[in-house]
Amino acid sequence: MAQLTYRQAITTALWEEMKRDPEVYLIGEDIGLGGGAFGVTKGFLDAFGAMRVVDAPLAESGFVGAAVGAAHKGLRAVVEMQFADFITETFKMLVDYAAGAHFRGAGPVPITIRLPAGALKSAGPYHSHNPEAWFYHTPGLKVVAPATPYDAKGLLKAAIRDNNPVLFLEYKRLYNLPLSQIPEVLRPEVPEGDWTVPIGKGRIIREGKHLTIITHGTTLYDALQAAETLSDEGIEVEVVDLRSILPFDRELILSSVKKTGRVLIVHEDHKTGGVGAEWAALIAEEAFESLDAPIHRVGALDTPIPYSPPLEEYFLPNTQKIVEALRKLSAY
Amino acid sequence: MERAVAPSETPVNEAELDHLDYFRDLRDRHLTINGLRIAWRPKSPQTLDLAENDFRQLYYFMALGRAFEERIGELFRQGLIPGTAFFGRGNEALSVGSSYALRPEDTLVPMHRNLPSHLVRGQALKPLMAQYLGREGGINRGREIHYADRSLNIFQLISHIGTMIPVAAGAAFAAKYRGDGSAVLAMSGDGASSTGDFHEGFNFAAVHKLPLVLILENNFWAYKTPIRLQYACKNLALRAIGYGTPGYLIDGTDVLGVYEITREALSRARLGEGPILIESVNPRACGHSIYDAYQDYVPKEEISAWDAIDPVRLFEARLKKEKITEEQISHLHARIDRELAEAVAFAKKSPFPQGPDILEDVYAT
Repeated sequence: MAQLTYRQAITTALWEEMKRDPEVYLIGEDIGLGGGAFGVTKGFLDAFGAMRVVDAPLAESGFVGAAVGAAHKGLRAVVEMQFADFITETFKMLVDYAAGAHFRGAGPVPITIRLPAGALKSAGPYHSHNPEAWFYHTPGLKVVAPATPYDAKGLLKAAIRDNNPVLFLEYKRLYNLPLSQIPEVLRPEVPEGDWTVPIGKGRIIREGKHLTIITHGTTLYDALQAAETLSDEGIEVEVVDLRSILPFDRELILSSVKKTGRVLIVHEDHKTGGVGAEWAALIAEEAFESLDAPIHRVGALDTPIPYSPPLEEYFLPNTQKIVEALRKLSAY
Repeated sequence: MERAVAPSETPVNEAELDHLDYFRDLRDRHLTINGLRIAWRPKSPQTLDLAENDFRQLYYFMALGRAFEERIGELFRQGLIPGTAFFGRGNEALSVGSSYALRPEDTLVPMHRNLPSHLVRGQALKPLMAQYLGREGGINRGREIHYADRSLNIFQLISHIGTMIPVAAGAAFAAKYRGDGSAVLAMSGDGASSTGDFHEGFNFAAVHKLPLVLILENNFWAYKTPIRLQYACKNLALRAIGYGTPGYLIDGTDVLGVYEITREALSRARLGEGPILIESVNPRACGHSIYDAYQDYVPKEEISAWDAIDPVRLFEARLKKEKITEEQISHLHARIDRELAEAVAFAKKSPFPQGPDILEDVYAT
């Protein structure tokens, strides 16, 4: 048992799965000789060799396609997309080829695509994206979004063992977060050995009876802070971390909303057409009678991702924006 | 890879490539590309390891592919084909000759015009026919118009043809990863040669020296777009030079020539010289799909030239001279008629698939 940072959790999961299964290999840009843009695979080339830690030419459709073809032959690729944003280069390979392959009878596609996602330090419009909504509409894909070291390790191991294409969102903002800055509730010890976090299951991070926040990824941290603030005002907010986005934990969403009657959906991605819109629709369809207030959403503004720090801050959701939305909901 | 020109090879000068007549100039020879050396090499069918029975088999698969597609045309006119159909009329020599060079453990990544390649690999006719009719008894039980039986080591294409090139490279990567000595044969076309995925997939295979043979079937048309609007290089085979791989330009209407070069390329790919690029030329003696009124845009002279380069007729004429009697040929055709009739009867009796099942197969378990 150990306390791991978010990055260490991902590295450990990769290492353990490579050791466990000789058919698991890594492929991507700069991951072997370079150890990865974020150092996640440092040392892997020496340990596992160039056949299992494959430095690919700079062509995402090419190497994701290769991962897919090898998957039909039983190999399990863990693909590193250098930044989640570059997944647009291989949209077709994932959406048209990989997602429906099993359904069409072309065979299962057991690949995991690691996607360093989200905004961090003015990275601009091509190094800040949260790509989940682009893929949410595609049956056959799975999308997971761990926000804690525990979930990062457990979900990555689950993704690698899954027989479907899994998009694994990992957050650049969390890589370097020191353990001291991770709220205690988000840093349970990360066990060694053979365990996984099941894909499709969310988790209640904080119990509450007045309001529900449904979120995933980095905004979980902002939501927890906002819940603390409201708690000081006597309003108890339940915080649900979905962890998996596709498939997602419908029962958890519905049971929490039925308990509190008020719901705020928060994600770092743009608000319009973000995955939260689907959860709002689910609640409206299946828990309408439990609602005491309209469903609210907090997400990034519907603009291209801006560069300069004040613009980026204005654009992104944050604790203050969540607090304001919670107060509005609570007063309804 | 930088091999000296063999004694039987004649270096090519640039002017020859500028005025290449794809059929006349390739009738008796192949164009070979090794490093920066481009040369003519005479065809050498006498060196092939083919026995009498192989010739009969090659002819059988070509004639069966042709007859199968003609039967699909009839069924389409009877309203029994739900979507559309794509034919490979004119490429039977390419489909059969190339697949015939494969070993069972090799992987085939075909296009939508390679029905005879499936037959060579052992595809049974009944599920194939039911596939075209969208029935439960079809290869993928009515899920997709494109098809492949995975147990025969065939990959199922998607309509974005170029996409299959990186996927094929991945199958070749798995072969190298396992060191199992198998190779991959991928079929693509002049249209797909323009896609980014052609470059990304073939370059990936070249960098990692994967056992992949990629055949670009140049049939002069990508739907309605002629090749002069598709690429500006002298021919597609020369692109091999840019990837640092061997290449060939061959006559795709000659089944023995196709077999000779595919077998050689597969063998070189297995030995680590891969990937290898082959441009093969044959007519698309039909429309893009069964709905396509190709007469509206393919020049009349081109259509009238199809008969003279019909690969099934060419091979039949050659066989009649050397290998097979008229009687044996009619015997084969009688067998084909009987097999197709049985396949059609099976397909018509096969029920249509039912809706609820599809919800269970979105994810693999």
